[in-house]
Amino acid sequence: MTDASLQDTPREAGLGDYFALLKPRVMSLVVFTALVGLIVAPVPVHPFIAFVGILCVAVGAGASASLNMWWDADIDRIMKRTANRPIPSGKVQPEEALAVGLALSGFSVILLGLAANWLAAFLLAFTIFFYAVVYSMWLKRSTPQNIVIGGLSGALPPMIGWAIAAGNITIESTLLVALIFMWTPPHFWSLAIFVKSDYGRAGVPMLTETHGRRVTRNNIMGYMVALVPVALAIGFTSIGGPLYLAVSAALNMWFLKACFVVWRRDEEQAEADNFAAEKNAFKVSLAYLFLHFAVLLVLPATGFGGW
Amino acid sequence: MTIKVEHEMHNRRKSKNYGVFILLIAFVALVFGLTVVKVLQLGDAKMFEANDHVLRPALITADEVQQ
Repeated sequence: MTDASLQDTPREAGLGDYFALLKPRVMSLVVFTALVGLIVAPVPVHPFIAFVGILCVAVGAGASASLNMWWDADIDRIMKRTANRPIPSGKVQPEEALAVGLALSGFSVILLGLAANWLAAFLLAFTIFFYAVVYSMWLKRSTPQNIVIGGLSGALPPMIGWAIAAGNITIESTLLVALIFMWTPPHFWSLAIFVKSDYGRAGVPMLTETHGRRVTRNNIMGYMVALVPVALAIGFTSIGGPLYLAVSAALNMWFLKACFVVWRRDEEQAEADNFAAEKNAFKVSLAYLFLHFAVLLVLPATGFGGW
Repeated sequence: MTIKVEHEMHNRRKSKNYGVFILLIAFVALVFGLTVVKVLQLGDAKMFEANDHVLRPALITADEVQQ
């Protein structure tokens, strides 16, 4: 009897399944940008406090990912890309994801407040709230601008890193957030053009589905043009300098050109070369953001940082 | 007679329990490390005791007595 009933109960989740709820790959990006924010801040931090602070940001990001998977389980089940996430594949129960998300949110925010300061803790709480509630629950299913506004939660980590070290919000940390914020639309939409997605089937209003690829191309170009002054403006702050400006100018020319090609062509041309230009723009976008942060990171060591 | 039925689930549960154990130990280490760092950052460690206790005379050094 008992043996037979065991077969009917859902497979009990292992620790790895819970770890998958935290979206480890997104976490690594968050750790990198938060770490740069922490290091470029003009206040030295004890290495152990820096370590705990970044860990809290990573766990907080993971917690919001878990809450997102709990809320979006119905969409994830429909879409091919997400169908093997822990909840749709049946490895983790939805209530477990909710519990993990809430518990880790609480732990990471409180521990960050105790380890660093309450401004950093508040920013982390706001980031989790923005991703889980504003983006997942509200915007994602209601507007094609979902990834633009929701991108704010992905953009905030450097500001948290800065706040861990300096305990304040400055023009520098705000510009770092603005850089990721303005970068997200061209980055994501160039991907959305060439990946054959099933957002439409899942009822998610992505710009490519609601307004078509032509409008998406225009939007990529529009946000790209708006991104340039933000990226260059960082060069004129205390964390920038001539070397940053030179590298940023080159990166902006590169990304601008890649987006320009995507903007100028139509669907026929895109189909003809199997979306080569869109794939290129996506790759360039990754290098663009990574190199901007990498330059900021190594700048002080080169002696060319600051004015 | 001992009843011993090994199910695949028991192994998985065991490894999960070990994992949780390691996570809890790591969390304790984290909080302990934070405590050490925070106390040392107070600068003068004996102020930590003087905060809510009478400072032990043994903690006062000779040159401080002379002042």
